[in-house]
Amino acid sequence: MTADSRLSPSPETVNRLVVLPFQKALEIAFKSIQVRFFRSLITTLSLILAVAFLSFVNVGTDVADGMLASGQPQLRQALIQAGYDIGPEDTSVASTAKQRWIVILSLLVCVVGIINAQLMAVTERFREIGTMKCLGALDRFILRLFVLEAGMQGLAGGTVGALLGALFSLVNATVSYGWDAVAHVAWAEVALSTLVSVGVGFLLSLVGVLYPAALAAKMQPVEAMRVEQ
Amino acid sequence: MNQNSSHNIVRVSDVTKTFQLGKLEVQALKGIDLEISVGNYLSIMGPSGSGKSTLFNMIGGLDKPTTGRVFIDEVDIAQLDAFELAWLRCRKIGYIFQTFNLIQVMTALENVTLPMTFAGVSADDSTQKGLELLKLVGLQDRHQHKPSELSGGQQQRVAVARALANDPAIILADEPTGNLDLTTGEEIINLLKTLSRERQVTIISATHDIKMLNVSDQVVWIRDGRIDKIEDRDELSISIGTIDLKE
Ligand SMILES: Nc1ncnc2c1ncn2[C@@H]1O[C@H](COP(=O)(O)OP(=O)(O)O)[C@@H](O)[C@H]1O
Ligand SMILES: [Mg+2]
Repeated sequence: MTADSRLSPSPETVNRLVVLPFQKALEIAFKSIQVRFFRSLITTLSLILAVAFLSFVNVGTDVADGMLASGQPQLRQALIQAGYDIGPEDTSVASTAKQRWIVILSLLVCVVGIINAQLMAVTERFREIGTMKCLGALDRFILRLFVLEAGMQGLAGGTVGALLGALFSLVNATVSYGWDAVAHVAWAEVALSTLVSVGVGFLLSLVGVLYPAALAAKMQPVEAMRVEQ
Repeated sequence: MNQNSSHNIVRVSDVTKTFQLGKLEVQALKGIDLEISVGNYLSIMGPSGSGKSTLFNMIGGLDKPTTGRVFIDEVDIAQLDAFELAWLRCRKIGYIFQTFNLIQVMTALENVTLPMTFAGVSADDSTQKGLELLKLVGLQDRHQHKPSELSGGQQQRVAVARALANDPAIILADEPTGNLDLTTGEEIINLLKTLSRERQVTIISATHDIKMLNVSDQVVWIRDGRIDKIEDRDELSISIGTIDLKE
């Protein structure tokens, strides 16, 4: 216990940084999801539904585009009967304004749901967060852990939702228009729509965790130490 | 180990703490002066609500005094920025809580290695040291267990091992035996005593557990936010008979 245990600013200050390697943070975040699987599932469920809906609508549009591009009059007719607003010169169907609004609304509702679920998760983990801070965690470590968890949930939930939505959309097209319709689908477009939906899910999850994670990170260690009577 | 015998590892200077409860002001600490020298086993004794935990939080850098200063190693901790404060909590101080406060989703070993991860110790080294520390507290066979699979006494042992992870100069314990039965509490107290003797760690323990008196080098009696009296070990053994009656 000589001069090096002093705290006064010195050239060694650089060595005095506390760290949380990315690999380790990833590991902790993953375990945290694993252990609280049910809780994570609930948080992710609204995301899965919203992303599935988005993917369903987009893949539906892709299918309709494929039908239109086939140039077969009976498929074009089927689309018009199904309610698509197609002019004589159109080569692709635009999703209707109403559809877009419903998708946007469902995504908004989803974000609010995620914020709510994450706020509860933060409250449940007050003691854990405070303890980590007592062990030397910086605000940013806590932030990083929550964002990583949300990122993983977003990727997993987004993937599941996007695949479900795409699948359901294709099944729906087969039932409504027959095999013929699906035969003309541009699979690259469907894949792209699915990927975009995964990306949107990932982003929504991150947006949803931002405020709760900031709240957790700002928490004073002493608040977590209170023995509730 | 230079001029340590005269060196105060902790110095509390005229510290007050006022809590605002709506319109009501609660003064939990009403001017505390305290000096703690290296390697001491110090107990802060007092009835519930006397301000022990509040003082504990001040010394541990977990909360800021309303007025007055706290020095660790002669550095005013109010002057530290967020990084230095985190470093202090990580490397200089080990905390032990009444409610154990292990991280529930981690195994005993992961709980012990977490402070070492924060301190930048490599995974291999921290695992090895974690296992050594768990062995020291007699839990080497339980390192893969989650806190929920351990008894209260075992959880507190893990917490002691965790507090030792980065070889801190100070161990702060707030009612470490508060949630334990008599024998288990005694085991934890003896463990702390052994550590303070063999590792020269300064131990500061807030408690109203009379069992703590036997092992303390110094006892600070606190009452209603003020220091009632400070007794050294030799004075204690004389008055120990009357203490039981007092509580
Ligand atoms: N966060 C707080 N807000 C308001 N009052 C508090 C707070 N923490 C402690 N107190 C009050 O300060 C006094 C001392 O509390 P505490 O330090 O917890 O005592 P002890 O640990 O000795 O039981 C008590 O009257 C308690 O009600
Ligand atoms: Mg207390």
